[in-house]
Amino acid sequence: MTTANGKNAAPVMKAENLGITFGGLHAVSGFDMELYEGDLVGLIGPNGAGKTTVFNLLTGVYQPTEGNFYLNGKSMLGKRPHQMVEAGIARTFQNIRLFQDLTVLDNVKVAFNQSMTYSALEGILRLPRYWKEEEEIDRKARDILSVFHMENEVAQKAKNLPYGRQRKLEIARAIATGAKILLLDEPAAGMNPTETAELMETITLIRTRFGMSILLIEHDMSLVMSICERIVVIDYGQIIAAGTPYEIANDPRVIGAYLGQDSE
Amino acid sequence: MKKLSKASVNGFINYGIVIAAFLVLQLMIARGMISNTLKSLLVPVCCYIVMAISLNLTVGILGELSLGHAGFMSLGAFSGIVTAMALPDAAPGLRLVAAILVGSVAGALGGVLVGVPVLRLQGDYLAIVTLAFGEIIRNIIVVLYIGLDEKGLHVTTNSAGPTLGEGGVMVIKGPMGAVGVPKLASFTAGFLLVLVTLFVVQNLVASRAGRAIMALRDNRIAAESVGIHVTKYKLMAFVISAALAGAAGALFGLNYSSTVSSKFGFNTSILILVFVVLGGLGSIRGSILSAALLYILPEMLRGFEFITKARMLIYAIILIAVMLTINNPALKTLLEERDLSPAGLLGRLKGKTKEKGGAGR
Ligand SMILES: Nc1ncnc2c1ncn2[C@@H]1O[C@H](COP(=O)(O)OP(=O)(O)OP(=O)(O)O)[C@@H](O)[C@H]1O
Ligand SMILES: [Mg+2]
Repeated sequence: MTTANGKNAAPVMKAENLGITFGGLHAVSGFDMELYEGDLVGLIGPNGAGKTTVFNLLTGVYQPTEGNFYLNGKSMLGKRPHQMVEAGIARTFQNIRLFQDLTVLDNVKVAFNQSMTYSALEGILRLPRYWKEEEEIDRKARDILSVFHMENEVAQKAKNLPYGRQRKLEIARAIATGAKILLLDEPAAGMNPTETAELMETITLIRTRFGMSILLIEHDMSLVMSICERIVVIDYGQIIAAGTPYEIANDPRVIGAYLGQDSE
Repeated sequence: MKKLSKASVNGFINYGIVIAAFLVLQLMIARGMISNTLKSLLVPVCCYIVMAISLNLTVGILGELSLGHAGFMSLGAFSGIVTAMALPDAAPGLRLVAAILVGSVAGALGGVLVGVPVLRLQGDYLAIVTLAFGEIIRNIIVVLYIGLDEKGLHVTTNSAGPTLGEGGVMVIKGPMGAVGVPKLASFTAGFLLVLVTLFVVQNLVASRAGRAIMALRDNRIAAESVGIHVTKYKLMAFVISAALAGAAGALFGLNYSSTVSSKFGFNTSILILVFVVLGGLGSIRGSILSAALLYILPEMLRGFEFITKARMLIYAIILIAVMLTINNPALKTLLEERDLSPAGLLGRLKGKTKEKGGAGR
């Protein structure tokens, strides 16, 4: 395998035979994939195929019942979600999960928590480290938000943002964790075509700007086909095809899976 | 920081309100404009304000329901009393400070004891466990006999009491509670404790820990997904809340010559919860004002014969009326716009249960 820019390198993320069973239901099984630095890979499949479950496995929300996965060569079995962030993987959610009553700025600042070092006592007593670090993340958080053109909404409560902006805020927050691998779960869901186009631009921008590797779940085929270099298709929890958008679009199994779903 | 945030302005206003109230009351005391009844309420009011602010940290800011906050107050009260009585020769101020420190440590230990096992669990287990905790503490203290002599502390559950050496004194006499307590508490001490509480809670909220705690309240799964250690921050908020309740308890205990543990029962816990809910979940100012008003109001109403009899009824009617008013949608939006929203406890809890029940991630 080669990276997006054609160089040979070790994968930043690798899943080997990953799987999980919920009381007899094989939600995901035999999931193999490699993500290289700078990759933008699409993960598609019909409803209930197991896409979100793959994300939950990769972020420590669920523990796999089979297989293993590695970040930068290290096994991540048994890690809790907050430890996965530390290890360098962050995500967004299919149904938006923001900190509703916090401001836009604070939503992003929360995600810097792991990169900050002052203790709770230093925070209460407002010792020098508190001021230094707070000032620093205030600047960084505003920087990230400006990439999303949200610098004028910093003081708003997250719940008062329009839908499209809430999606963006979730991505901004994931970036603020400092993770280099980003998992986006249907970021364009519920967006209108203009918002979707804008979002596609933003996703390609953050990849270069923040040097991230991105795995993207998306139902909007045109979005996936236009921005991803590689696509992995799953159905009934198993990979049925993987390759370039062109290969995927012409794969009979993929067409079958989607047609099969349509006729249900 | 270049610009003062809205939160820090709000914080300064809170200090301002407390300091102004203290100065005005001091002036009124100096001029003899305050009745003895009201004067006797000043220390307990300060204690209840601290209780309300600290409970708000657990209920409003962390978003966990606690029904046994008075239990931590009780731990603080009795450990504070023992401390003060163990230091008979120290200066009164020093005895008081030592008692409050020990009280807050006792509260914190209680918080750890309850929090470590319970806060790892998902769901509203904290409510039921804190409720039990409050009752257990009350029942334990009822059977405790604690005495002091030159050899130190003697503890027994034997109703004959411990055998003390010469010059020994009984501090806690089972069902009779603590007796012969030096009245070390003062309005100034109460005022300072309120300020310290404000300082701790407001600065905590404005720090990275506070943001993490509020993020957990708003969406636990999302908080984990950005690297927040759930148990650590839940425990932090809960233990600080319990420690402050312990401090308030110590001051409260040293305001009366005797104290029984039934003073810190379930009713007291609920009373404090009512203060917090009516003041607005998460609103520190709301907690201060509602604790002050709602504590003083019924005590003042005691004076009238009719009202004495119907006191609790009137109190309940006022509470229901206020609850209904603050849940009025039109008023709610108005308050929300002004950032004063006293979101009803029930609504909040319902929303929370739904969130927790949802399987979708
Ligand atoms: N916690 C769970 N317990 C039991 N079954 C689960 C659980 N999580 C997911 N599943 C099941 O696993 C399967 C895959 O679900 P998943 O949410 O991963 O699908 P998806 O590909 O993301 O679908 P969609 O496109 O609708 O988002 C479904 O049949 C779902 O019901
Ligand atoms: Mg999904």
